[in-house]
Amino acid sequence: MPDLTPLWLTLRVAFFATLLAFVFGVAFAWLTARFTFWGRDFLDAFLTLPLVMPPTVLGYYLIVVWGRNGWLGSWLYAHFGLSLMFTWQGAVLAATVVSFPLLFKSARAAFEGVAAEYEQAARILGDNELQVFFRITLPLAARGLLAGTMLAFARAMGDFGATLMVAGNIEGKTQTAAMAVFDAVQAGDYTLANTLVAIMSVVCITILVMTNKLANKGRGGR
Amino acid sequence: MRLEVDIKKTLHSGERRFELAAAFSSRDDLTVIFGASGSGKSLTIQAIAGLVTPEQGRITVGGEALFDEQHGINLPARKRGVGYLFQDYALFPHLTVRENIGYPLKNGWHFSLFPEDRAEVAEIMASFEISHLAASYPAELSGGQKQRVALARAMIKKPAILLLDEPFSALDSMLRHRMRMELLEIRQRFGVPLVVITHDPADVEVFGDTLVVFANGKVEEISSRKEFAAPEDGSGWRTKVCPRAQWKKGSLAAHGFAMASVD
Repeated sequence: MPDLTPLWLTLRVAFFATLLAFVFGVAFAWLTARFTFWGRDFLDAFLTLPLVMPPTVLGYYLIVVWGRNGWLGSWLYAHFGLSLMFTWQGAVLAATVVSFPLLFKSARAAFEGVAAEYEQAARILGDNELQVFFRITLPLAARGLLAGTMLAFARAMGDFGATLMVAGNIEGKTQTAAMAVFDAVQAGDYTLANTLVAIMSVVCITILVMTNKLANKGRGGR
Repeated sequence: MRLEVDIKKTLHSGERRFELAAAFSSRDDLTVIFGASGSGKSLTIQAIAGLVTPEQGRITVGGEALFDEQHGINLPARKRGVGYLFQDYALFPHLTVRENIGYPLKNGWHFSLFPEDRAEVAEIMASFEISHLAASYPAELSGGQKQRVALARAMIKKPAILLLDEPFSALDSMLRHRMRMELLEIRQRFGVPLVVITHDPADVEVFGDTLVVFANGKVEEISSRKEFAAPEDGSGWRTKVCPRAQWKKGSLAAHGFAMASVD
């Protein structure tokens, strides 16, 4: 039986990355969907950037910001003695950034699909803004948010470049499945490579099928 | 019930600019705001409901100021005690009929209604004859059913005034007539004053105790049914509102005045 440690690490990294991407993605999506403000289009473009940039370039930016000598990294190291470089938390950071745009874009579309009339009706019926968000906007956008979350999870699971730059490829510590496949092929260990590839493929196909189902339901449903 | 509106609001969309400067008041319990689309009538009731904020002016309902720019009063929509019927009803698609109607009663974070609230919802559903729809979702309802549900939802908190945005435009003509009569009956039952926005002269006949005519963001004319009691002379309100509907004025007028004489 091949060593499946990289797989568990991948799931853990993808889980926390998706969680972080969800919180920030939903917040920024709501902001850009509901308000018109100066620089909104620029903010949207900036937040979508990770979708189109090479992951290694993203990884490099992350090092510049979060590295031990980086803008935020040096502060983190000086005050808490912490560094994200070459840790699994660093891998979470990298996976968060690469998966963020998928969540942000889906969430923004989902929020924009909620007719303003429903929110106005809720206000007239006695809701404050927080209640409008949790009782109307969020439930009506739920399918789109869920679909975006699943896409983000799939993307977070599969990241190679950004994770390699930030967290490296340390066996048993930061070596995710994508990197284990690379190493296995390099070393000619095709049993391990085939096992990992098969599992990753099945998980990703399952996620995409479920995402499509959600999207179709959203279109035809109530 | 006295409704007083005197507001100014400018809207920009791209190069276009729309200026609303509306001033009118009504003492009647049936008020119609009549005008073509784009005349500013929708914007005006949105301002009364607190969905848009005017730049200047004052809105009072029954002597209570909902908005007063000079005194810095601008009650949020949730505190205005105003009922509002949206043109396509805005029933929440993720909630059942019962949950939609109970929505205004459940403003906290608890997940189910309190027993006394459940009873209230059941009672209002019975009075609107929609009890059998309690577990249905809005997408499963017909136009007339949707309107009843929306009215029940708007009335459950006993608003001081009910605003209706083109209430019958989504219905076919047979149903339209029936729902007009139902709405008059609801007005009687709840004693709630109605403000109806419309571009349909037939609505004016039924609901226009006070008629406010809008054009290009301004009030063109205000008239009261008492003044247009003699429609035959050709200078009355009916000729202005619908010159081509003269032929049916007899029957409709009979209807309208019969309704007006009930109160």
